[in-house]
Amino acid sequence: MKNLFKLFSIIIVIIASNSYCFAAEKVEYLKTDWSFKGLFGKFDRASLQRGYQVYTEVCASCHSMKYLSYRNLAEQGGPEFSEAQAKAIAASFEVIDGPNSDGEMFTRPGKLSDKFVMPYDNVKAAQAANGGAYPPDMSVLVKARGGGVDYIYSLLQGYEEAPSNVSLDDGVYYNKYMYGNKIRMAAPLSDGLVEYGDGTNASVEQMSKDVTTFLMWSAEPHLEARHQMGFKAIVYLIILTVLVYFSMKKIWSRIESEV
Amino acid sequence: MSDHDYRPKSKVGQWFNDRLPLLTLANHLTDYPTPKNLNYWWTFGGILTFCLITQIVTGLTLAMHYIAHADMAFESVEHIMRDVNYGWLIRYIHANGASMFFLAVYIHIFRSLFYGSYKSPREIIWILGIIIYLLMMAAAFMGYVLPWGQMSFWGATVITNLFSAIPLVGEGIVTWLWGGYSVDNPTLTRFFTLHYLIPFLILGLVVLHIWALHVPGNNNPVGIDIKKPSKDTVPFHPYIVIKDGFALLMFMIVFAFFVFYAPNILGHADNYIEANPMVTPAHIVPEWYLLPFYAILRSVPDKLLGVVAMLSAILILAVLPWLDTSKIRSAVFRPLYKQFYWILVADVLILGYVGAMPAEGLYLLIARVATAYYFLHFLVILPVLGFKEKTLPVPLSITEPVLGGSPNLAAARNKESKIE
Repeated sequence: MKNLFKLFSIIIVIIASNSYCFAAEKVEYLKTDWSFKGLFGKFDRASLQRGYQVYTEVCASCHSMKYLSYRNLAEQGGPEFSEAQAKAIAASFEVIDGPNSDGEMFTRPGKLSDKFVMPYDNVKAAQAANGGAYPPDMSVLVKARGGGVDYIYSLLQGYEEAPSNVSLDDGVYYNKYMYGNKIRMAAPLSDGLVEYGDGTNASVEQMSKDVTTFLMWSAEPHLEARHQMGFKAIVYLIILTVLVYFSMKKIWSRIESEV
Repeated sequence: MSDHDYRPKSKVGQWFNDRLPLLTLANHLTDYPTPKNLNYWWTFGGILTFCLITQIVTGLTLAMHYIAHADMAFESVEHIMRDVNYGWLIRYIHANGASMFFLAVYIHIFRSLFYGSYKSPREIIWILGIIIYLLMMAAAFMGYVLPWGQMSFWGATVITNLFSAIPLVGEGIVTWLWGGYSVDNPTLTRFFTLHYLIPFLILGLVVLHIWALHVPGNNNPVGIDIKKPSKDTVPFHPYIVIKDGFALLMFMIVFAFFVFYAPNILGHADNYIEANPMVTPAHIVPEWYLLPFYAILRSVPDKLLGVVAMLSAILILAVLPWLDTSKIRSAVFRPLYKQFYWILVADVLILGYVGAMPAEGLYLLIARVATAYYFLHFLVILPVLGFKEKTLPVPLSITEPVLGGSPNLAAARNKESKIE
């Protein structure tokens, strides 16, 4: 038992040292109760749908989401729009297709199988439109930032007046959660910026939470399936381990040695 | 392998076995006499075999969907995560499997260090193990490059650049490794090829490793030679099979926890940003299992000497059987060595910790002291200890008490049995 304890303390030290190293410059992030955390964590469907609304009405004007397709919006474990709703969403976007039989490119309404339409044609165009800064693709943004959802959630609410000792260039804003505190994105949210269909009050805090939930789903679309399978797998393993333990005891009882 | 007089019962079995003695092999493997006092630290050999097979099976599946091209690799990984049926599961098992593999191999190596398993007559097993470990590091490093994220790209740049420290030909070698003048598509495709190849080399070496083990048989916690088969041994099947199985299941629970509930905790967030040669990440850090060596590399101010120190830190293990001059294998009967052993464990953990920290100020100082101690342990403490240390009396067999009934055996057995 003592040795097992040693083993586990070694594992914990390794994990702690690993995660600690990315926490070195961390400020205290704002916390909220994420429904998708924990053993049985699931997405809040309504929050995902509101989050999509914030994304598409606010973020999508600069940020692409190139790994998602419109069909994903209707898939299980996501915002779960009905298929008709997802089709309507897709059709509201113009997609460039082709070449047709005349060799011409043409535009048509989006279909479920189309990827999310990108706001800019290429990285250069995006930079040109944003003062040289490239708005990162949002598909896996939550996993690409050390603080994850808490970081994104805080950043969206972290805009404030720059302290007097910090001078900001044109088009640069002060954000207390941003690495280095300087950010090229103006505060994207303000109270009542979107009008939620379900009547939820669109405060900055609420919108931040909704859109971050949506980004978590876009980064981990199979999160719910993973949690469900994980619980079953671990329960199965524990039962099997107990059974094998007693079998082992029984087998080893034939010889006078402890196991 | 002394049990060659086995004859299958059936006629067909005999006919087959006379032509290809696979049944003799199977019989050897099931009857293989194993010391009955092996504790749970001895179960990691089986766990490692499981890890290797898991990595090969999941890796083959991933390779069916992955595209080794600088413009498509990142996207193809996202395709696996999103659109391939259970692709997320296979990839998370593979990515976390690498960490689990290293966790198990470190326990396996440190078990060997504690019980002196590397000593005569098991030097070849040990050296084969070191080669396997080196290949594992190569495979893991190249595997980490394949998703073509920021840490993939910059990790590859940093590590391949180490070769430029070689005088005269260094730069040429780096260009040759890259297949160009920077890490780019040719680098990715060759890393993919080698990442695919190495596990099968490891598999071959594992067969040799086990073969070499089956010549002298297992070491054991008491560290004495035992008669085989005898009252001190049990047949591998069913006794060791079920015990290894139980330990493997415990290990799989930990494994499953990472895969299902913390699949990205052991990775670096920057690797979810697609590789960009124009942007360098703030901190370039390797995966956790390479951190101690990274700390040694950075603790030496000179680049060439740093690379030499890092390589020596691994290669010094290969000559360990000759550096350790003690006749006694198990640390149970070596009171001084036991203390130095735990200091070494702490030293390596400290190296791992500072390896993750920026190489400056206090961290750099700690890294230097820990690096110096690491080499001191192997080059000075171990050789001297063999001559100076007053060891405890060793029992003559596992079952029989020592002549005159030494209290230490009772102490030793008591200690071992506490593990469960």
